[in-house]
This record gives sequence, structure tokens and C-alpha cells, in this order.
Amino acid sequence: MYSAFRDIRQALFENRLTCVDLVKYYLQNIENQADLNVFLSVYAEEALAQAHLIDQKIQNQTAGRLAGMVIGLKDVICYQNHPLQGGSKILNGFVSQFSATVVERLLAEDAIIIGRQNCDEFAMGSSNENSAFGVVRNAADKNRVPGGSSGGSAVAVQANMCLASLGSDTGGSVRQPAAFCGLVGLKPTYSRISRYGLVAYASSFDCIGIITQNVEDNALLLEIIAGGDAFDSTVSFRAVPKYSQSLNFSQKPKIAYLREAVESAGLSEAVRVHTRQKLDFLRQAGYVVEAVDFPLIKYILPTYYILTTAEASSNLARFDGVRYGYRSPQAQDLRNMYVRSRQEGFGAEVQRRIMLGTFVLSADYYDAYYTKAQKVRRLIQEATNEIFKKYDFLVMPTTPRTAFEIGALTGDPIQMYLEDLFTVQANLVGKPAISIPNGVDEKGLPIGFQIMADSFQEADLLAFANYLAQ
Amino acid sequence: MNNLLEKYEIVIGLEVHAQLQTQTKIFTADSTEYGGAPNTHISVITLAHPGTLPRVSREVIEYAVKMGLACGSSITPYNVFARKNYFYPDLPKGYQVTQDKDPICVGGKVSFKLKNGELHHIRLHHIHLEEDAGKSLHTNDSDDTLLDYNRAGVPLIEIVSEPDMRSSEEAYYYMQEIQRIVRYLDICDGNMEEGSLRCDANVSVRLRGASQLGTRVEIKNMNSFRFLQKAIDYEAQRQMELIEKDEKAQIIQETRTFDPNTGKTYGMRVKESMNDYRYFPEPDLTPVVISESWLAQIKAQMPTLPWEWQQKLKNQYGLSEYDAGVLTDSRQVVEFFAAVCQFTTQFKAVANWINGEIKAYLNDKSLEMSQLPISAQQLADLIELIAQNQVSNSVASQKILPQLLNEPHRGALEIAQTYNWLLENNANALQQAVNEVVAQFPDKVKEYQKGKKGLQGMFMGEIMKKTQGKADPKLANQLLIKALAEA
Repeated sequence: MYSAFRDIRQALFENRLTCVDLVKYYLQNIENQADLNVFLSVYAEEALAQAHLIDQKIQNQTAGRLAGMVIGLKDVICYQNHPLQGGSKILNGFVSQFSATVVERLLAEDAIIIGRQNCDEFAMGSSNENSAFGVVRNAADKNRVPGGSSGGSAVAVQANMCLASLGSDTGGSVRQPAAFCGLVGLKPTYSRISRYGLVAYASSFDCIGIITQNVEDNALLLEIIAGGDAFDSTVSFRAVPKYSQSLNFSQKPKIAYLREAVESAGLSEAVRVHTRQKLDFLRQAGYVVEAVDFPLIKYILPTYYILTTAEASSNLARFDGVRYGYRSPQAQDLRNMYVRSRQEGFGAEVQRRIMLGTFVLSADYYDAYYTKAQKVRRLIQEATNEIFKKYDFLVMPTTPRTAFEIGALTGDPIQMYLEDLFTVQANLVGKPAISIPNGVDEKGLPIGFQIMADSFQEADLLAFANYLAQ
Repeated sequence: MNNLLEKYEIVIGLEVHAQLQTQTKIFTADSTEYGGAPNTHISVITLAHPGTLPRVSREVIEYAVKMGLACGSSITPYNVFARKNYFYPDLPKGYQVTQDKDPICVGGKVSFKLKNGELHHIRLHHIHLEEDAGKSLHTNDSDDTLLDYNRAGVPLIEIVSEPDMRSSEEAYYYMQEIQRIVRYLDICDGNMEEGSLRCDANVSVRLRGASQLGTRVEIKNMNSFRFLQKAIDYEAQRQMELIEKDEKAQIIQETRTFDPNTGKTYGMRVKESMNDYRYFPEPDLTPVVISESWLAQIKAQMPTLPWEWQQKLKNQYGLSEYDAGVLTDSRQVVEFFAAVCQFTTQFKAVANWINGEIKAYLNDKSLEMSQLPISAQQLADLIELIAQNQVSNSVASQKILPQLLNEPHRGALEIAQTYNWLLENNANALQQAVNEVVAQFPDKVKEYQKGKKGLQGMFMGEIMKKTQGKADPKLANQLLIKALAEA
């Protein structure tokens, strides 16, 4: 079928294809590949009804810019009158009363939302093994994880269940699964896209991200969902460029790569080789490609986990069994209701992070952990800014290795956290980063190549990624 | 207690919460109105549904800045909000958004006069912004707790004083002054019973002359000025007695609640006051920057404050300290005074009328000044009638004003004419009445002439009787003295 929105549009407008056929095709794929455990809800009838309407709009030449775009939403993005659980039991039965700003913008341009996608509980995880709804499987190898936390969103695109997905990226949750599934995954600059309607994990890191088969579709979606929003006081009101129309890259940028990342002992052979090949290709194409040292790299993960868990411990306090969601039927009194509802409602990884976050914010450890991590975050931001004073892009592998087997790391949270080593830097510093496919390893598993740019340089980032991906 | 007070000094600091009567809540567009049906002023943001975010109301910032300006605080240009984390069913997010390290107003003072006229200044530590919580309700017929989130997210300022107060009387006057200021600023209705103005008191005692503060106890739940005073008195007495009994160790840093029924304070579970709130900067809000120009705009909106009015009343209107003090109890009253004075120069009379008859009427009918049926001009006209000797003071207050309040569409003069209440100041008509009275009591005239001057009042009374009270007393008096001398 079609893997590029451009081709779908052409077929639709030449009457070779209808939105109804397109939705039916995706619905069929969802049904046939139910074992991948991607969708938590499929809005089949709604999507078909919507497709019918948009087909009419195409005939009447009143269709929006996303007519023909069939999209899935990670289960952390609010869609009015549709279920929302953040992959968690604690939101059992919850139905969102409003739509996220991004959802409203998609619908306004006639996108069709086909369903709600499985993910790690409250976006905490790197393998999609932390969902209350069970593990999502990688379509490239069903015994392997798709990455996380937006695992369902990645596999949905990988397995042609929809053309694009909106996920969320707090420490790599869009880029890492995109890498594991051979897709394009973008985390834009922090504040580029409104977070209103995104279930919060760590507010100062959270970004809505986009997963697509190609850079052009990603650019188009970004240009539609990005921009100011009165409902999010942290969002940027900078003008949003027409990213999809500036994808022809003609400059000769200067490129840096992290020596520590590319020479890391933790890198698998295939990832190392493919990354080197990419760098060699760039050199041969005449680019300046230089290694930079980043001694702070060893502080990236601890800083990330201290600050994100601190924010998460507070952000997840609202799930208390009082107003909505799961309340333990065994609750005896107020305290007991809190304890039981949260113990029974949250999974192990979420509980671990809430406890970590509560600990680092507690009076006796606050300065040693939270305050120090804030300072280190500042240092990492400054060091990263230094790199972008000299270079246009910072490149590295998206992940140290390709998709691992289901269950391989579940007993070893530290090893699991190391999966995020290369992706969390962009979230710590708030800069945009994209993962693009970079071949496959000996087992046929996709490898990702990550490009980071300076804040709000998405236009250049996407253009360069488009050039490299082709 | 008096003996103990010679030995001990009471040290009090107050934390006053004032609900800001802005149109919307601090972080959502929900109404802040008091008294709505439960859970009608709520939205997904108030209820902390997943995915919601706060956004700061500019109006709330302006109200808080006004309070700071009124107290002479310095205004923080870069305002960071913080999360105070704790679990309670009336707190939807599991944290309260407040300010921690950088409160919106720093320093300043509140000044007031004690009963003996002594001027007192209490320094402020700071004023910070925060959101109110919802309300838990308990019914008699079930064990369930019901929750009303209408109040959740209503903006509050917390005004934190230094421990500068030394008696419950000072605390009482301090609180009264805060109430007066917020009402002048029109940022809070100042109602303690409804809880829109609330206060916690930190109370400790120490030997007089000691430089170190004693162990501080926080008292909550004092929802009237009287209870505030009673609670402090009780708590101070309790602490002094414990020290006297050599049981000082029993004074612990704790939160105690005041029971208005017994007049005593009771310790709450220590656990509740031992919370670790894990404050950290609210990542969902960017800092609010108060620019020079915004601050200038807010300054331009400041009303004339009570002490500024007092100066004006004394200097511009020539009123006494006392009159100025009474008139400035309320902004509505002093503004009405100024309005009346636009139509008459009888400033002292205006003050007397407002502080006397008008306030008595309003109290009697339980009305606010804004609900007074007559206009400033109508009152001025009445006062002018007296000044021009067209009506007597007593007729004006006992007859014309009540009628005017009944028929506010008519003017004072019109009413006086209709009911024939204008003074008889025609000298000829009066002369006749005087002559008649003098002729009527020849014996008394003789006694008067022999020196019994006190009889003059009797003659005046008779003249008034004859003229049905309409005689211009000054003129009548002149004519009477002349007639008595010539008789």
C-alpha cells in the first residue's frame, strides 16, 4: 500500500483511492496483527464515518491539509469522549472530557484518528513491557521489544496500522522505538508543541513527538500541531515555519559527533559499524565531521532520573482514587484508600519512580539530589550550547544496540535505563532531535541514527534528516 | 493573668489568608463566586484531570500587587510558583500551587491605632500567592465525606507578619486593619465568617527582657475577630501556666485548633504538622514577570487608601482626627463623604450627618452605604437647607431625612415645603408670636427682668409651640431678648 502521505494524497485526489478504503485497509491490518498488542481501543466505526465525510470534502474541494492522514494516538494524549488510561490500571474506566490541543489541530485539518495505542505505563519505560495491557511486540521480530515508551505508536506505523502516530518523548520515548522499528521519530524543541492534553510524566522534559515512515510526513505533522496555545503557559509562541516545504537541503553544515557515544564500549558492533559508515558518508560528501568530547555524559542519566522522577512523583499524585479512575474496593479509611488504590493501580516501575522522586525531594536529601541535579542540568545545557556554537548538528546512534528480546532486561532496571543514554540529553537540554533509519543489523533489526540540532532549528534538522534518510 | 503578664511577654505573628475576589480562579476560567451549588464552579483543570495544565490569571497578580503596594512591600519582578506536595481529598492535584522562595511581595508594614490611640506598626515578612483547596463536608446521616471543589483554585494571598505583636488586642487591630485594606482595595470581601479572610496565629511567650523567642504554637480555626482574641489569650495563658508549673517541656511546636464552644485550644496530631511538603518549582508554569510598565499600570489603579484619606480629611476638609478616623472605617463611607462635599462646603456638618443619622439608618436597615436610597446631592441639599436657616436641625433629622429616605425621588426642599417644615424666618410673623408670648406671661417677664435669665428657655419653648417648631431659633431668640427688655 502507501507509505508516504504524498502518494496517498495524489491517489485520493485522482480518485484512485478513497479515505474509506484507506481506513478499511488499516483496520484490516490492525485486526490481522492483533498479536502485536498495539491498539488498546480501535475507533473503527467512527474512523469510517469520518473517512466518509472527508471523501465528500475531497470531492467538494474543501478538504483540509491532513485529509487522508490516518493517525493513532499514544494512550497519554487526550481525545474528548474517548478512553484514556496512560497504559495504567489506575485510570480504569477513565474517559477524557477534552481533547489535547494537538488533537484539535489534527482534526481541524481532517486527519482521521483510528485508535489509542499501547505504551509503557505513564510513558515510563524503554521497552513497552511496563504496560498494564501487556507487552507490545516488534513487528520485525515478535520476540523482541519495540522500544518504549511509545512502543505501540511505533509498531502501529511499522506494521501499517496507520500512517503516523503521535507519541510522547520525555527521555527518548519516541526516538528509541522509532529506531527499534526502522522509522522516523521526532522530538521537537521543548515548548514547540503544546502539552495541553498530554498526560504529564515529567513536565519540564515532556514533548509530544511524531512517528512516521518518512521525514516529509513528520515535517507536515509538526507544522500543523506546533505553535502557541493559551492553555499551556510553557509553550512557545514563536512562528511555526512551513517545515514540509523547506526540506531541500542545500547548505554544508558542520557536524559534531559525541566521541564518548560512538566509541562507547556499550555499543553493539552493528550499531558502531553503521554509525561509522554514516559519518564516513558525510565526510566523503564534503561535510566537516568532527568528534567532540562530552565529559558530562556520565552525569546525563543520573540527572535525568533524579529530575524526571521528582516531577513524576508530584505529577502522579492526582491519581489518588478520589475523583476518578481506580479506587481499591478494599479501602477501609482515607489513608488506606490512598495506599491501596495506588499500590494496586500503579505498576512496579511507576511505583519505583514515584518512590525515587519522593526520596530525592525529601527534606533530608533535597540538596544532595534535587538541587544538585538542577545544577548539573544547567551545566549539561551550557556544554551542549557550546557545541552548537561551533556545529550545526550533533549526531550519534539513537540507541547503543538494536531491539532486545522481551524479558531480557526486566530484572535489571539500571541496564534498562542505560538504553536511554543517548536520547535523554536532548530532553535534558530541551533541544530537538530526530531518529532516522540507518540500516539493519545481522538479524535484520533496524538501527537508528540520531541528529540533534539547536533549539527551534527544526526546519534545518528536518531538511538534513530528509537528505540523510534518502 | 495580669500577674503573669508582668513577668511574661506574649509574642504573636499572624498568617492571614485573603481570598481574592477575582472573576476567575487563579489557574482556570472557573468562577470564584461564593455559595454556588456544590461542584458547579469546576472544570477539568480544577478537578486535575490528566493532561490539564494551569495558566496564571493576570488579574490575580494585579490584586496581590495592590496589597503589596498598600503595605509598602517591594514587588518581586520575577515570580516563580512552587508545588507544595501533600495528599488530601480536597486537594485535586495532590499538590498546592503556591510560592515558596520568591513571594510576590516582600517586606512592608501594617499600621493601626490601639484603643489608647497609640500608633502601632507591624512589619510584614512577605505576601505570597497560592490556590485555595476544596471543601470536605460531612453529613449526619452517613460516614461518607462529600467533596465540593468550587473553592479549589480560588486565589489566595497569604500575608505573613513578623512576630511583632505583643497582645491579643494588637492582633485584633492588626486583623481589622488588614480587613479594612483589602476592602479599600476591593480585592477581598474581608468576610471572616464565610472564610474569605482567615488567619492562623503563631503564639509564644517568654520572660520579659528575654531576647530568645519561646517555642511557637500555631493556632488555627479562628473565624471571627473575637475568637482570634480569645484563642490567643487562652493559648498565652496556657503556655505561661505551664512554664510557671515548671512544665515548659509540654509546650511543643505544634498546631492547635481553637474550639469556639469551649474557648480553648486543642493539639492536633503532631503527624499532621510534621509534613514534608517537598516544595519544588512548578514546572507547568513559566515565571510571571512583572514589568515596570505593568507595575505602573497597577499603581495607577490604586484607590486612595484610608490613611491617605485621613490626611485629606484633616487638611482639605478641616475635620478633626476623630471624625477623620470614623469616616475612613470604610471606603464607601469616605467616598460618599467626598461626594456630598462636592455640593456643599459644610464639611463638618456632612461628617456629622454621615457618622450620625446616615450610619444609624444603614445599621438599622442592615444596608451598605451603596444601598443608601438618597444621593450625595440630596444629602448636601438637606445640609444646605439647615445652613441657610431654612429648616431647623431637629426637623431636618427627625422629619425631613426619614421622609426623604421614603421618597428618595423628591428633593429635600420639596419635602420641606410639602409638609410645611420650612422655618418661619419672616421677622414680622415671628415678632407677633414673640409679642403674644411676652404678653401672656407678665409675671414671668418681671422675674426675668429682675435677673432670672433662665426663664428665657421657657419663653422660647412657648414661641416654638406657637409656631409649631418652625421658628428660626436664632431669629426668635434675638426678637425675644429685645421684647423682654422692652416690656
